Amino acid sequence: MPDTPILEVDQLTLRFGGLTALDNVSFDIKEGEILGLIGPNGAGKTTCFNAITGVYKPTSGTIRFNGESLAGKKRFEITQAGIARTFQNIRLFPTMTALENVLVGADAQHTTGMFSALFRLPKHRREEAAGHDRAMELLRFMGLAKQADELAANLSYGDQRRLEIARAMATQPKLICLDEPAAGFNPQEKRILMDLIRKVRDRGFTVLLIEHDMRLVMGVTDRIVVLEFGKKIAEGAPAEIRDNPAVIAAYLGVEEEDAS
Amino acid sequence: MSKLKLSLSKLPKPVKIAMWVLLAILAYALPLLEPPFITTPGVDFGGVLFVVTMYMLVALGLNIVVGYAGLLDLGYVGFYAVGAYTAAILTSFHANWPLLFALPIAVLASTISGVLLGAPTLRVRGDYLAIVTLGFGEIIRLVAVNTEWLGERKGISNVARPPSVGGTEGLFEIPHLYWGDGTVLIDTQDTTKFLVFGVLDQIPYYWLGLTVVIIMLFADYLIKNSRVGRAWEATREDEDAAELMGVPTFRFKLLAFATGAFIGGLAGALYASRQNFINPDSFLLLFSILFLAAVVVGGQGNRWGVLVGATLVAYLPQRFREFDDFRVLVFGLALVALAILRPEGLFPPRRTVRAKQLEQELEELEVGTDGEEKAHA
Repeated sequence: MPDTPILEVDQLTLRFGGLTALDNVSFDIKEGEILGLIGPNGAGKTTCFNAITGVYKPTSGTIRFNGESLAGKKRFEITQAGIARTFQNIRLFPTMTALENVLVGADAQHTTGMFSALFRLPKHRREEAAGHDRAMELLRFMGLAKQADELAANLSYGDQRRLEIARAMATQPKLICLDEPAAGFNPQEKRILMDLIRKVRDRGFTVLLIEHDMRLVMGVTDRIVVLEFGKKIAEGAPAEIRDNPAVIAAYLGVEEEDAS
Repeated sequence: MSKLKLSLSKLPKPVKIAMWVLLAILAYALPLLEPPFITTPGVDFGGVLFVVTMYMLVALGLNIVVGYAGLLDLGYVGFYAVGAYTAAILTSFHANWPLLFALPIAVLASTISGVLLGAPTLRVRGDYLAIVTLGFGEIIRLVAVNTEWLGERKGISNVARPPSVGGTEGLFEIPHLYWGDGTVLIDTQDTTKFLVFGVLDQIPYYWLGLTVVIIMLFADYLIKNSRVGRAWEATREDEDAAELMGVPTFRFKLLAFATGAFIGGLAGALYASRQNFINPDSFLLLFSILFLAAVVVGGQGNRWGVLVGATLVAYLPQRFREFDDFRVLVFGLALVALAILRPEGLFPPRRTVRAKQLEQELEELEVGTDGEEKAHA
């Protein structure tokens, strides 16, 4: 596994009025690894995602992707540059088919405009064919090929979650950010998903994973960053995190209460 | 309805093409056939059909903005007015251009006005956009009312007509049908000269309008089934998610707005040419609402649906002129009934159709398993 960081988050701070959602958070993601981002509810995990993908502008601090600062880049430019994401609450395009949803993702790397489309220029045909091939391949990879022509809204919950991952992968990212992809899954489904995430990594994607379920995160990630109240309280291999007293106090305690 | 659609889609391609061609021929021949019940008593049938095609054109354009991209535009008549006024100024009021040269300029002007209006306003969403566009439509009209250069209230007359083919007598004459009591005759007294854009016979304008509508239908199909169409739909469904999937949503919204303005301007210019005369009263807020009604009644997002909607909105009031006094009342009641019974429009896009199909399949499955259980018991 090469050690070059693909994403460098440096002293990232985000304030909303008086509330500090992220406080001086720094971490790296290395190419080809699966990094877990964990922490109790309200720790700032999704906020961190939103800062990386350009939804929020950092109050201070920098985020560099492939050595290049993301400051001032629009959301779609960040996606085109190679960071894709899924959403904690599923946000597919419900009235479009599964295939069309993935095609929208694939279109991120396309440039066909009105003119090419209107006159069916070679560029349109080439991109349309390439996009279609990639989308179908991803649907097969996710086990959704049969539902390709089904409307996203009509898919089962689990299929919708998988479709979101396929759509994000279709944008041909280098880094893919998964925001609680296993939310609402039973243990069996979670295990299958973890295998899937490993397979995603094996295809050459770097994965940033937000997850609530500790056992699941331990099993699949190479390294883990722990947030609490917007601050990074620990970072390291899963085994180190499991034994870290600060994490046990902050995270696991809260998790137990949550579960009750 | 969906069953009919399914069986139609199973037909072999040559049969389908033949059906479309037949349908097109029928559409072109409609004003010559003068079928009873359909013809409009008391008003020129060809003229009514021309207006129907203009509503169709406008509905197709507005459907791109409202139906595909999900941008509520309440001032669409503004683009229509820009197209009409540009054509009127260039062919009559301030210059003497032939219509064919003025048309591209008129379309360009309305497209530019669409970009100018869209660039600052498409950053706001939903209700705000509706209010801004509402204001735009009214501003265009009020400018026309108050500017001498635009003819003020008097308007502009002698707008150029399209060039006739074959001089004032045309190439040949096509007789109409005459429907007597139980007999159908070819009426050689009543003919349409091909192709003369004159004052009395409005059928050539209808043919022109219908041709433009067919071209736009093709264009609409080509754009919808491409990256552009998908980007519009994704933006409509979830703007933030679309942006995060790499769709430059602002650019695509502006493109939708400009495309809509393009088509609206074209319709306005053609309308001005046929009418020969325009004044600010041709561009009241009422028309924006009627255009929107055409889109919503038909089923926004479905190109065939909005064509039906345009036909209903433009044709029914002319067909039932005897109920003239109650026209608006009936129209309002029909809209209310529609809102209650078919909130997605008469012909909603496949999403609802598909969802219903799925529901039915599920029901059938459930019935099936019930039966099995009973058999086991």
